[in-house]
Amino acid sequence: MKSKTIKLDNLARVEGEGALFIKIKDGRVIDARLNIFEPPRFFEAFLRGRHFSEVADITARICGICPVAYQMSAVHAIESAFGMRVEGQLRALRRLIYCGEWIESHALHIHLLHAPDFLGYDDAMKMAVDHRGIVERGLKLKKAGNEIVALLGGREIHPINVRVGGFYKLPAKSDLRSLAEKLKWAREAALETVRWTAGLPFPDFEPDYEFVSLRHPEEYPFNEGRIVSSKGLDFEISNFSSHIAEEHVEHSNALQGVLKGRGAYMAGPMARFNNNFDRLSRIAQEAAAEAGMTAGCHNPFRSIVVRSIETLYACDEALRILDQYEAPDHPAIEVEAGPGTGPGTGPRTGHGCTEAPRGLLYHRYRIGDKGLIEDAVIVPPTSQNQKQIEEDLRNLVPLHLDLSQEKLTWLCEQAVRNYDPCISCATHFLKLHIDRV
Amino acid sequence: MKRKETPKLALWKFASCDGCQLSLLDCEDELLAVAGAVQISHFLEASRAVVKGPYDLSLVEGSITTAHDAERIHQVRRASKRLVTIGACATAGGIQALRNFKDVREFIKIVYATPEYISALETSTPISAHVKVDFELRGCPISKSQLIETISAFLNNRKPVTPPHSVCLECKLRGNVCVMVAHGVPCLGPVTHAGCGALCPAYNRGCFGCFGPQETPNTTSLSDQLSRLNVQRDELVRMYRGFNAGAKPFRRESEKNEE
Repeated sequence: MKSKTIKLDNLARVEGEGALFIKIKDGRVIDARLNIFEPPRFFEAFLRGRHFSEVADITARICGICPVAYQMSAVHAIESAFGMRVEGQLRALRRLIYCGEWIESHALHIHLLHAPDFLGYDDAMKMAVDHRGIVERGLKLKKAGNEIVALLGGREIHPINVRVGGFYKLPAKSDLRSLAEKLKWAREAALETVRWTAGLPFPDFEPDYEFVSLRHPEEYPFNEGRIVSSKGLDFEISNFSSHIAEEHVEHSNALQGVLKGRGAYMAGPMARFNNNFDRLSRIAQEAAAEAGMTAGCHNPFRSIVVRSIETLYACDEALRILDQYEAPDHPAIEVEAGPGTGPGTGPRTGHGCTEAPRGLLYHRYRIGDKGLIEDAVIVPPTSQNQKQIEEDLRNLVPLHLDLSQEKLTWLCEQAVRNYDPCISCATHFLKLHIDRV
Repeated sequence: MKRKETPKLALWKFASCDGCQLSLLDCEDELLAVAGAVQISHFLEASRAVVKGPYDLSLVEGSITTAHDAERIHQVRRASKRLVTIGACATAGGIQALRNFKDVREFIKIVYATPEYISALETSTPISAHVKVDFELRGCPISKSQLIETISAFLNNRKPVTPPHSVCLECKLRGNVCVMVAHGVPCLGPVTHAGCGALCPAYNRGCFGCFGPQETPNTTSLSDQLSRLNVQRDELVRMYRGFNAGAKPFRRESEKNEE
């Protein structure tokens, strides 16, 4: 009888604090845990009593890597509570700032967090010694994404220009023109990145996933759509909680998402790509085909290629939006005074679900008298993927028991990083147990 | 010429959003140069390689919210020649310090609503409440240029240049029209520490205090002015209870308006 334990106390190159624990006995994995020990911060608790106009700025602080995603899900949820729709060029500008976040976040993960695994480096700084051109191209691509966010949002991290109804200030046309020039370079760089990542070595591994993402009638999804799965689910975002349950397991400071009656599922770039391949722009579809990628890709290690394709799409889509932009009359539409905004008028509830770089991000708010939040629910992508990550480890490890302990541990780390997990996000919403000191 | 020894830089994370350490990775033009000038010895967000201490400079992100972290910060301090906090969480307790104002009964209600496996302290506190801090860098998030300035200053044994005046002064320097005087928009700029370059007023909105209180802020006078703009007391409380709610001048002013 042979038994073996893989234990890694501090998972690196992920956002936040997590650990890995895998127990193997007689060639079988008997336990696989992604242990999240990031301290809880209780956003849902202290959002109660805050005004709806503060929610976008507060929830941005859940994650420094994808604050725009939190702002987008928040404002859409609140607008749905008030029965508002933001249309036209304001809607396009929201799509543009989201493109910026996808480019920034994906370029960060591809080059600084994930690629070093494929090439055997501890980090991108060491990788840069041998592959300086690639790391520099990646950093410049990341910077192009950040420049979109900074132009529309005021700054890269925790932007200040997003509000319910639109923006505080519209961008100047001259600034948008110089942005377009940079994005033309970025689109070329993203295309080269797709080609480069497609040539990386991928372990054979193709689990039978259920992919869950948004799907929109015309667009590759950012802010709107219905929630669909690759195995036939299709529902309104307001029914999120009817289909997706959150389970609390002892070893984690995050709740784990499961599809009710079905189990673990995958959200994120692979899910979006597989469910929405036909909605990608022509240049992105062609680059995917050249890289040997099409809908139905089940190898999670190839997520690095999918992120590159989505980066290319986001550059292309940003250029399309800039090309068609005409300044709207007002930077925002105002919330009509009505039920829920004045005293004694009764609460109303709104749902928002958008595609964060890492996948579905669901917000629900109940807004009461004076426009104050009575109840908040936030389900980030990493908690939805957590169960699937553990299942991947269970299935992957038995295929590689011949590897040395060090190599097997590294392969497990790489498998976790396939999901670009954001542990700070996953842990924000826990209920509380008090330790007194 | 070869240097005697490359200084060791470490980054440590406590309760936070990762945004302030991400600021270093967001220095796209400077990152490889920084990586060349120092030995990045402990930076889990970026590298799986960990070099043993002691570290010449430790940058600390996040606040203390668990008993485990209250222990760990002492280990970090012992291993660090210089310790600099980066951002509002490490410097003032962050947005999660809003728990410090909650009624304990409310907490207990939450505890008993769902059985839990989690432990957390009742408060979120800044690093300086636990160990000696050599310098505090403000902001939610910090400014990238101030981060590079701070790293560079400590590597060269000088004091970082981070002006302690108010956002109000930055507005004048930027040539912004005052949103409060011209449009009656409530603004924390007169009491907030500089560092953002008066970003919000430049985007036609009031400052909401990302960089925390400036040196000797006159919050009483600002609250009087805001009241004249018809800002209600409960709104005043919320204004001071943002990402720097735990910073003393903001905490005192919010409590005063809650009475």
